[in-house]
Amino acid sequence: MNFSYTSTDHFTIIPAVILALFGCAILLFDFWIFPDPRQRKWLLIFVALAEGFTGYGLYRQAAYVAASSGQALQGFGGSVTIDGFSVFFNAMFLVAALIVAIISYKYLEIAGEHHGEYYGLILFAQCGMYFLAAGTDLVTLFIGLELMALSFYVMVGFLRGDKRSNEAALKYLLLGAFSTGFLAYGFSVLYGIAGSTKLDAIQRVIESRPPWDPVVFLALATTSVGLLFKIAAAPFHMWAPDAYEGAPTPVTAYLSVASKAASFAFLLRLFMGPFQSLANEWQPILSFVAILTLTLGNLAAINQTNIKRLLAYSSISHAGYMLLGLVANNQTGINGILVYVMVYTFMNLGAFSVIAAMRRQGIIGEELDDLAGLMHKSPGYAMLMLVFLLSLAGIPPTAGFLGKYYIFYALIQSGHYALAVVATLYVAVAIYYYFKIVRSMFIREEMEKAPVATSFGLRLALGVTGLLTLLIGIYPEPFLQLAKSSLVR
Amino acid sequence: MDQHLLSIILFTPLAGLLVLLLLPSKSTNLIRVWANLASLAGFLISLPLLQRFQTGAAGFQFEEKFDWIPTLGAHYHLGVDGISLLLIMLTTLMGFIATLCSWSAIQDRLKEYYAMFLLLQTGMLGVFMSLDFFLFYIFWELVLVPMYFIIGIWGGPRKLYAAIKFFLYTLAGSVLMLLGILTLYFRHAEQFGFYSFEISELMRVNMPLNVQQIVFWAFFLGFAIKVPMFPFHTWLPDAHVEAPTAGSVILAAVLLKMGTYGFLRFSLPLLPNASSDRTIVQILAVLSIIGIIYGALVCLMQQDWKKLVAYSSVSHLGFCTLGIFSLTPNGIAGSVIQQINHGISTGMLFMVIGLVYERRHTRLIAEYGGLAHVMPKFAIIFAIAMLSSAGLPLLNGFVGEFTILQGAFEANRIWAAFAVSGVILGAGYLLWLYQRTVLGQVTNGKNLVLHDLNFREVAMFVPLIAWAVWIGVYPKPYFDILQRPVAEIVERVHPGYYHGGVLADVAKPGVAK
Repeated sequence: MNFSYTSTDHFTIIPAVILALFGCAILLFDFWIFPDPRQRKWLLIFVALAEGFTGYGLYRQAAYVAASSGQALQGFGGSVTIDGFSVFFNAMFLVAALIVAIISYKYLEIAGEHHGEYYGLILFAQCGMYFLAAGTDLVTLFIGLELMALSFYVMVGFLRGDKRSNEAALKYLLLGAFSTGFLAYGFSVLYGIAGSTKLDAIQRVIESRPPWDPVVFLALATTSVGLLFKIAAAPFHMWAPDAYEGAPTPVTAYLSVASKAASFAFLLRLFMGPFQSLANEWQPILSFVAILTLTLGNLAAINQTNIKRLLAYSSISHAGYMLLGLVANNQTGINGILVYVMVYTFMNLGAFSVIAAMRRQGIIGEELDDLAGLMHKSPGYAMLMLVFLLSLAGIPPTAGFLGKYYIFYALIQSGHYALAVVATLYVAVAIYYYFKIVRSMFIREEMEKAPVATSFGLRLALGVTGLLTLLIGIYPEPFLQLAKSSLVR
Repeated sequence: MDQHLLSIILFTPLAGLLVLLLLPSKSTNLIRVWANLASLAGFLISLPLLQRFQTGAAGFQFEEKFDWIPTLGAHYHLGVDGISLLLIMLTTLMGFIATLCSWSAIQDRLKEYYAMFLLLQTGMLGVFMSLDFFLFYIFWELVLVPMYFIIGIWGGPRKLYAAIKFFLYTLAGSVLMLLGILTLYFRHAEQFGFYSFEISELMRVNMPLNVQQIVFWAFFLGFAIKVPMFPFHTWLPDAHVEAPTAGSVILAAVLLKMGTYGFLRFSLPLLPNASSDRTIVQILAVLSIIGIIYGALVCLMQQDWKKLVAYSSVSHLGFCTLGIFSLTPNGIAGSVIQQINHGISTGMLFMVIGLVYERRHTRLIAEYGGLAHVMPKFAIIFAIAMLSSAGLPLLNGFVGEFTILQGAFEANRIWAAFAVSGVILGAGYLLWLYQRTVLGQVTNGKNLVLHDLNFREVAMFVPLIAWAVWIGVYPKPYFDILQRPVAEIVERVHPGYYHGGVLADVAKPGVAK
């Protein structure tokens, strides 16, 4: 084997290298120059620089992909693949990481846990996600997944003094480790079948096997369990509400958006690659899982009084919609997942940013009651939250409608009429619980006078996410083109 | 200006809304004046439409078309024909009057209140102007949110329940309608190889009858819930009773018409075979007749003034859908005129209720009686509104109902026979309502001190009464405007309907596009 490090290899992983280096730099500089917690927000400069260089690296990759008319570029003998798909997802992770970083500092200051390593962990997690989107080798993917998950275990438990945060971290760790076990088992079977960890090689071997080969099915089943855990699909969703509720709100945002998007990228790489020839086997299973996810997510959300829990269940149901795109298993469906991931990134980050602003000195701010009378107190926040919630529910002219539109159309196109009817009716269920939040903000009287916690970062994050949520809804053409050019091949 | 006239009309309320948001929320009078000016401007700017509209011309006028989302084949495509012209005029006028009638009724959160009305206005106008199904759907859904807030924030005691019920019902219908739209869109792409939501494009799709029927029922759910037709009407009384006066006025006068308009613009022309399918027509006609009679019977036993008027909407809208599904020129033209009439008369009835509610804060019929003695002007206006709703000849209601019955008679005599009973019952419950509230002696001491209507309160009825009399006395211009678009719809549903008839020349060109 040839272990040389070529410029192609370098080109394919440079964004991840930058993220890892800056993550380490933050850990070092945190102790040297920012001993005072109040100064630690300057660490955001490191994050900004890291994301700037990463963004430049991604931009060059995008330019390469565009110039080579969508031809993928493989590095490290096929372990890492740069194509429109990986660039698209990495761009989403970049946006998510940046927004999470800028909404965090105020929150952490108020919670009294503002430590520099937090920003390092954000970057490490993003580095892991990079390999989930770009990896085409079981080992690369697995390491990416673990790097992301480990960073998240720490971030979820970042509020050391808070019991809920500790409990959430422990639950997430235990169930996460359990699911990783399934995944590793599935990978080992795949390796056993194919004798290679490269997805291409595995795909060729699986295609040559007869349908319903028990060994292949075993690999499919265990791998799917591990993946469904990560995207919080029912019946493997139990960790999500607790982890989402206990984690610091910005981490919840990161977890629900970037981690889910990365897991979907991983899922698509496998199901559009090695498992594509098994579509007849996984389609019925996944359609059952998707409907179960939609049902559980939507019905459980109805009775929640904690907004983070409510949004946790809602994000479970969003995973159900995205899975339906995979069930349709046509170009529109996959395109729909990409569009969905994009709009979901903006609207969900926005919604969690508003919740993050509710955390004030002495007020946890996560109950429905805490949002009461928000329209009176800070109309801007309330109106943005309305936009995010409408978008989450999929009401036009917001971005969320486009995501749902693609999923529904994919289902119609592939003849899954019954699934389409069920999926659309859950939109009406969803509006019920989203509008519980709206009702609280707009119709009820305020219960306390404390103004919302605001900072430059929060306002910037809300402005960007709100603007994009509306813009994608009203003029989606460039965004749809972007998603279309990023389909996995 | 002509080629952008519709856009200007469509976005005038939105422009007014943007300025409104900049006004300080403390200066309530400034907000009131601005909101009224903005909605008046919205009405005035729509008047050139009437002047420039060419009666009898084929197809759509004032068309505007841009590629909006080429990836999906969605266009920003506006245009009007006779049917949408009348509904647009109704919308802009009622929008202004609803704003005017909130002058003293709404005292808190004014800025948000007027903002919601202006947003609603744009949504409703968009629904009537869109010639692209995607654009239509966006406006269709856009209407829900402001209406939710109007009911939910400024409504009565059970406002939260009514608001979310309204939202959930109509949303459930419209998402299923979306699936119907997507099925049609998919079939089009399959047959022609490119994506388009254009109505004229979708009209070319060839679909077997059973697929058309499925799509028809999907559309039906969206439109019938909005109308509302008989089994789907239960959201209406709640929404009407709890909504503030202006909300009820807009809801009854314009929002419900979105459903009937949907049948006329989409169901019939896009799915002609399903719409003329014997079973479907029978079911729709029976549901309409049940709506007419059931709505009227329920009216007879209402204790609540506003609920009575709300149920009368169910009955009157039953006439509209019956007219549509008689699939005859008379039925459809009558239906459109009846939609306008219902907007005028029910709008007036809700405003009447708003006036007494502002004074007495109760809507129970038993609380009133003998109002003619203390409020003579009010009694006269209420009488006109009531008689126009009951269908007295020389007022608007008569023209619409008569024409619909004529159309229904041509289609099926039994339908007409049943529907006629609705007219009789309608006169019954309205006259009885009038008798209990306005005539006789003043039975409740609290009513003795009520002051009569002021100038603004009378002024807001004047245009509506004038319009009611105009339609009642001289409806010919309306029939002229409607003749062409109605003929196109009938020709589409029953090809050859006009063959050799007096209207043969009216229908021919323009249909086969």
